[in-house]
Amino acid sequence: MIELLGKTKIDFMGKRYYAFALSGILVLLGLFGLLQILRGHANMGIEFSGGTAVQLKFDGPVEVGKVREALAKANLPESNLQQFSDTSRVLIRVKKEFAEQARMLDQIQAALKQHLSGRGFVVEGSDEIGPAIGKGLRKAAAWAVIISIIGILVYVAWRFEFRFGVAATIATFHDVLAILGVMVLLGKEITLLVVTALLTLAGYSLTDTIVVFDRIRENLRSRRKDPLHVLINFSINEVLSRTIVTSLTVFLASLSLFFLGGEVLHDFSLGMSLGIIVGTYSSIFVASALLVEWHAQVRTKPARKRR
Amino acid sequence: MKKTIKWRAILLAFTTALALFYVLPSLPGFDVFPTWWQEHLPHEKLKLGLDLQGGMHLVLEVDADRAVENATERWAGEIKSAFGKEKISLEKIAREGQDRILLRISKPEQRDTASKVLSDFGVLDVSPTADPSEMLLTLKPKETKRLKEYAVRQCLETIRNRVDQFGVSEPQIVPEGERRIVVQLPGIKEPQRAVELIGKTALLEFKLVDERTNDGKVMQEALAGHLPPDTEILYQRTTDAKGNISSIPFLMQKKTLLTGDSITSAEVQIGTELNEPYVSLEFDRVGGKIFSDITGANVARRLAIILDNNIYSAPRINEKIPSGKAQITGRFTMEEARDLAIVLRAGALPAPVRIIANVTVGPSLGQDSISKGLRATLVGAALVVTFMIFYYRLSGVVADFALLLNIIMLIGALSWFRATLTLPGIAGIALTIGMAVDSNVLMFERIREELRLGKTPRSAIDTGYNKAFLTILDSHVTTLITAVVLFQFGTGPIKGFAVSLSLGVLINLYTALVGTKTVFDWMTTRSDMKTLSI
Repeated sequence: MIELLGKTKIDFMGKRYYAFALSGILVLLGLFGLLQILRGHANMGIEFSGGTAVQLKFDGPVEVGKVREALAKANLPESNLQQFSDTSRVLIRVKKEFAEQARMLDQIQAALKQHLSGRGFVVEGSDEIGPAIGKGLRKAAAWAVIISIIGILVYVAWRFEFRFGVAATIATFHDVLAILGVMVLLGKEITLLVVTALLTLAGYSLTDTIVVFDRIRENLRSRRKDPLHVLINFSINEVLSRTIVTSLTVFLASLSLFFLGGEVLHDFSLGMSLGIIVGTYSSIFVASALLVEWHAQVRTKPARKRR
Repeated sequence: MKKTIKWRAILLAFTTALALFYVLPSLPGFDVFPTWWQEHLPHEKLKLGLDLQGGMHLVLEVDADRAVENATERWAGEIKSAFGKEKISLEKIAREGQDRILLRISKPEQRDTASKVLSDFGVLDVSPTADPSEMLLTLKPKETKRLKEYAVRQCLETIRNRVDQFGVSEPQIVPEGERRIVVQLPGIKEPQRAVELIGKTALLEFKLVDERTNDGKVMQEALAGHLPPDTEILYQRTTDAKGNISSIPFLMQKKTLLTGDSITSAEVQIGTELNEPYVSLEFDRVGGKIFSDITGANVARRLAIILDNNIYSAPRINEKIPSGKAQITGRFTMEEARDLAIVLRAGALPAPVRIIANVTVGPSLGQDSISKGLRATLVGAALVVTFMIFYYRLSGVVADFALLLNIIMLIGALSWFRATLTLPGIAGIALTIGMAVDSNVLMFERIREELRLGKTPRSAIDTGYNKAFLTILDSHVTTLITAVVLFQFGTGPIKGFAVSLSLGVLINLYTALVGTKTVFDWMTTRSDMKTLSI
């Protein structure tokens, strides 16, 4: 048998305070990101904020600066310009407040025709979203996240006991916040696809956490004598191989999407890839660690019946 | 054991073959299959989302409030005529707000007669005001609701008519919520034309031009806002060859004599003099008679043809026209004439619609997305497959085999459910590939554990499966939870992702548990295996 890791005896729980610190930072980052979104300072996708986005393919490589100039000359407001790896392709985004004028799309095209003389271009795709749609989508996205989290909590609490459910939910929350924070920090556009990535990685991170919890539960039954943190350490070491390999397989697929999947899937696959890493980390250092902490606190109360 | 293996193998083969039937039509080269196949067996290609095949997605909002306003206006008109018939003199009658009419009778003693007449109008609630000669009529809430719903339904039908005539293959026009209509036009080549065609209210009206329109003084007053009674100003906007727009104001008599409702046909014809296209209209019998009467009674006056409150043309009536035919001329291109004819044939929208979202994907972009998505998925699959073989050797091959079945069945299922494949959907397939092997990984790791403890291969396999089963189930359910939520709350492309992921996960439960196990069971019954390549 080829094994990535042999019999490991890493003291994960011993290092948990370092992990708490790291996780603390990640969660703060995530909360900051969330705050930015709520304040309207984050780079929200057109479908959330409303506005116009147009993807153009020029007849050859084009300088983004020149495009920006051309738009500025036509008095078109501050727009977000993005150039693709194929340098003849440019994405122009204009957010809601400005796009309420009639047919921003036409104005953009006219500006380019006028001020970028001689450069031919073709509109490959366009999005014109009114503000009404954006509001509805923002609500839908928020609901989706809330209901997912509730669903997860309910399911895990049902399959394991309540402690496990809460620990798993906190770990999942942690993962979603961490990746959200990273995406906002990197200035990535928060689109519906990014929200999808967040929810998918939430579900997936839970999978990972369950693998660990299953083992912990099994050992709780068979090795009652061990102190909790020793038992949890042992459990994690036992399943370390499979935790890493299962994450690795999805990571490979997600990485492939990141490098080869094209611009539309780029941010999505970035979120997924990072999310898988964080998800694996959180199963060990957040979910399991929380179990230890919780139990350590419970220990000071009169002995409770263990299921 | 042997018997159940046989049955399980047959089940697997059957389901895979079934899936294959649904996958085949989407593969290139399907056309070579004989016609009897294409008729009786699945022959529909996988539905591609707009982001993959190119096309336009529009969300329209119906201004249903306007429909109510229009209806209220019409009721006001009817009440006026009814009062006229009963010789009740009205001082004033006007619409107030969306659904109310305020009227004032000049002779208070006619109040009772007025009330009697009004009682015939069942949809209106009458309420008195402080002033005894005034009455406030309110449209019943049920009626307003009905009007709004009707407006949306009618808009849907009219737009469907227009789109049908436009000639797009497989358009989708569905209502969304109370007031929205979603229009999807796959593969459309002229999105701009479609937008104009769909968004146009297309209310055609015939009104008489007031003779005082040539009187400079009257016009000046009117333009300043002092209009003679029962008149209004409408403009004729023309664009000359250079692209300059000129607006000529006309003083019009407010009363609408005929509307587009009375038209039975609208065709594009070419004028003999200048080879310019024009639209020739034909009225129905009632409309034809009205038209004949109007033209007969107003020779030498100008009759304006108005579309959406814009005067198209205002030709002089030379003689009575009994034929019930009219022409709309203007500086049309062939396309403009055609579109006008389409819109007149399909009818006017009962309420204006506003386009609140327009997502257009060009075909090249769609094609690009497909190739990138497929490539990434294939490479991802290759990486995963290779890793499994490398790490789990022969067992890895078994897992990869199960993965292959999984993918075939997933695509077959998508085809069978007529699910739409979008770019995120392709990403979902890629992720499913990564997640699918996880079930096997969990089993294999468990089996390895048992083997390390010294168990025989067969016993290790059985324990491995049993112990891993619940964990596998749990992990699939949690992924399903988020996938289902995404399906509920997501838009088109996201729904595609959720569907791919959900189906992939469900099918994986089947292939991992039934598929792989069957192969292992078969392997262990064949020979008394001492070692397991895992």
